[in-house]
Amino acid sequence: MPRRTVIRGARIIDPSQGLDEKRCLVVEGGQIAGMPKRPPRGGTQLEIDGRGLWLVPGLVDLHTHLREPGQEYKETVETGAKAAVAGGFTTIVAMPNTDPPNDGRAVTELIIERAEEAGMARVLPAGAITKGLAGKDLSEMGDLRDAGCVVFTDDGRPVMNAGLMRRALEYARGLGVPVMTHSEDLDLAKGGVMNEGAAATRLGLRGVPASAEEVMVNRDIRLLKDTGGRLHVAHVSTAGAVGAVRDARRRGLQVTCEVTPHHFTLTDVACEQFDTSTKMMPPLRSEADRAALLDGMRDGTVQAIATDHAPHSSIEKDVEFDRAANGIVGLETALSLTLKIVLEGELGLSKAVELLTSGPAGVLGLDSGTLATGSKADFVLIDPEASWTVVPERFLSKGRNTPFRGWTLPGKVVGTWISGRRVYRGRL
Amino acid sequence: MSSSETRPRPKKKGTKKKVVAAPGTPEVKAADEPGSNMPGAPRHLLGIAELSRSDIHEILDTAVAFKEVMRRSIKKVPTLRGKMVINLFFEPSTRTRTSFEIAGKLLSADVINFSASASALSKGETLLDTARNLRAMHPDILVVRSASAGVPWMLARNLDCAILNAGDGAHEHPSQALLDVLTLRERWGTLEGKTVAIVGDISGSRVVGSNIRCLSKLGARVRLCGPPTMIPWGIEELGALSVHHRLEEAIEGVDAVMMLRIQKERAAEPTYPSDREYSRLYGLSPRNVDLTKKDALILHPGPMNRGVEIDPAVADGPRSVILDQVENGVAVRMALLYLSARPIGAALEPPVAAA
Repeated sequence: MPRRTVIRGARIIDPSQGLDEKRCLVVEGGQIAGMPKRPPRGGTQLEIDGRGLWLVPGLVDLHTHLREPGQEYKETVETGAKAAVAGGFTTIVAMPNTDPPNDGRAVTELIIERAEEAGMARVLPAGAITKGLAGKDLSEMGDLRDAGCVVFTDDGRPVMNAGLMRRALEYARGLGVPVMTHSEDLDLAKGGVMNEGAAATRLGLRGVPASAEEVMVNRDIRLLKDTGGRLHVAHVSTAGAVGAVRDARRRGLQVTCEVTPHHFTLTDVACEQFDTSTKMMPPLRSEADRAALLDGMRDGTVQAIATDHAPHSSIEKDVEFDRAANGIVGLETALSLTLKIVLEGELGLSKAVELLTSGPAGVLGLDSGTLATGSKADFVLIDPEASWTVVPERFLSKGRNTPFRGWTLPGKVVGTWISGRRVYRGRL
Repeated sequence: MSSSETRPRPKKKGTKKKVVAAPGTPEVKAADEPGSNMPGAPRHLLGIAELSRSDIHEILDTAVAFKEVMRRSIKKVPTLRGKMVINLFFEPSTRTRTSFEIAGKLLSADVINFSASASALSKGETLLDTARNLRAMHPDILVVRSASAGVPWMLARNLDCAILNAGDGAHEHPSQALLDVLTLRERWGTLEGKTVAIVGDISGSRVVGSNIRCLSKLGARVRLCGPPTMIPWGIEELGALSVHHRLEEAIEGVDAVMMLRIQKERAAEPTYPSDREYSRLYGLSPRNVDLTKKDALILHPGPMNRGVEIDPAVADGPRSVILDQVENGVAVRMALLYLSARPIGAALEPPVAAA
């Protein structure tokens, strides 16, 4: 008889099964054994009282930067994977812009090994589209896939050469692996450090126009029409980009996209104090863009909320705004920022959970993000009534670069389980 | 630094009739604005955006009082004796730095020039490290110039001395705007109802950001002129202005024209085809200058590209007030140093006590 754990009395929200009601979750041998209304009689080793709590599938993040190998002073696979479970994420995809980049089997294997040693969130490596992320020659995508890479991207940089991008989409289709794009036309964005608009003009900062993103999203959708295969657009930030993805999906193309919590929460007005933790790429956009992202999240254009977790140290951030590195940490604030827009009535709860679980899992065809019987027992218990104040010094991530310092946010992770093993216990 | 508290203006003290309030102490401040002043907090001049109309006039009035000191044979008053002023220049600037240095020395302050490389980062330090090092030296006033917008605000959050912005990126250059309006006010008495054309590289210029705000607050109307590639998005929100792309239309009937330096070094991409073409379309020359009012004034913040944005005959002509601007620059900077050195509520010796 395998070890049995029962969580009873919790409101279980599992959009993959269209479920939202009080049930018991039965875990046996690291798998979900069922969700009966009443707890099973006898044979239970551990029973957890879930009354007043929400239970959801372990969250899936399609977009994190773990910095190892090469920039371990910013983050390691271990600290990133710990931050993940603290934020409710049980599966995270690690971007390849490490040093050296993940453009070959050796780096992929190193990341997987480090993640196993850490024993925290599952870490799925993303492989580079081009060798050295240089945008010149295709990486050995087949070998990367066989080593464990689940998606290809040069994230942090676009593939500027359209011919090469076409080859990448074609080749990846043959491997059955999607291509994820960082959509930024480098010529249009050149010199820009925040969204182009009235706020940038007030601050005397050079802007990145929305067109820098939209030109590339439209280019890649057009390429996909010829190549087939799957395209995932990372961190969509403008109304035009959401519209392009919506149109392409209506036309039957296999295009998916993700939105970050900072883009659906903040606008470029947040840059007014020259706080470098409001600097990222793509930049915080206008209120109209923010509203369009929410529309896309509601109507199914957007499949995933992804953090773009990008830890940096003081050396990159305690500097002039225009010299500061792009990016903010997100693993430990994403869930609460999502619950915040749920509370504010901007997004339904079930949709919100979907965008954090089965949505992103579906983008990569993963068997995560669900509580279906027989699946891995990856799940999170959340106290929806609790609120907490963001104190970056308490993050498990090494990164402190967040624009949400001092914010009071709803919802706390009480516990995170991976394969039925509790890997995080929340401070209450 | 954040406080929603407001405080009354410092009470008038001293023997002179004219005693002025601090720059940077508008009556009401947004709670989290770094320039907001708590009792005892240092008085910064970060940007014109944070000044009220009466703040501006008070700075100008103080500058007028100081102007006389410059013309004496013994050019010194003891007003800032024992005060330390550090000129922190992350970007080379001979004129503004010299102007602040002269202003400090005329007031008997100890002025130290601290020329840093473009960024502390090149030495492996952050801007915050630089700020902490400076704080340990206990300056009273830090005059800061940087190629990056926002640096004075970052320093104000991390230092306890007064910060004077001597130009940050393409954002603000408040002392330049104040010396410009002082020059105009001297000639006109008031800027109310006047029209000033600002011509040139609007997006690359910190002078424009401060001048639009300053001129608008004093009741002048602004016309901006340049090719569309040099006009940033949303500039209309900065003040009372209109945007023009034809020089003749922009300067017709104006009371003053301010020509801007082409900032070749700041543009990420060229914004115009050639100096020759720019000069043909946007250069101020004896040919088009007569479209202005007949006694219109010609200003230029310097340094000029003679023959590009301005014809030497215009720059050196009778309407040019370019050298008045330089002289007023010292007077304005004396006023700013004087006003910033005084803790709120306390009175220094009146400006020209040694007269």
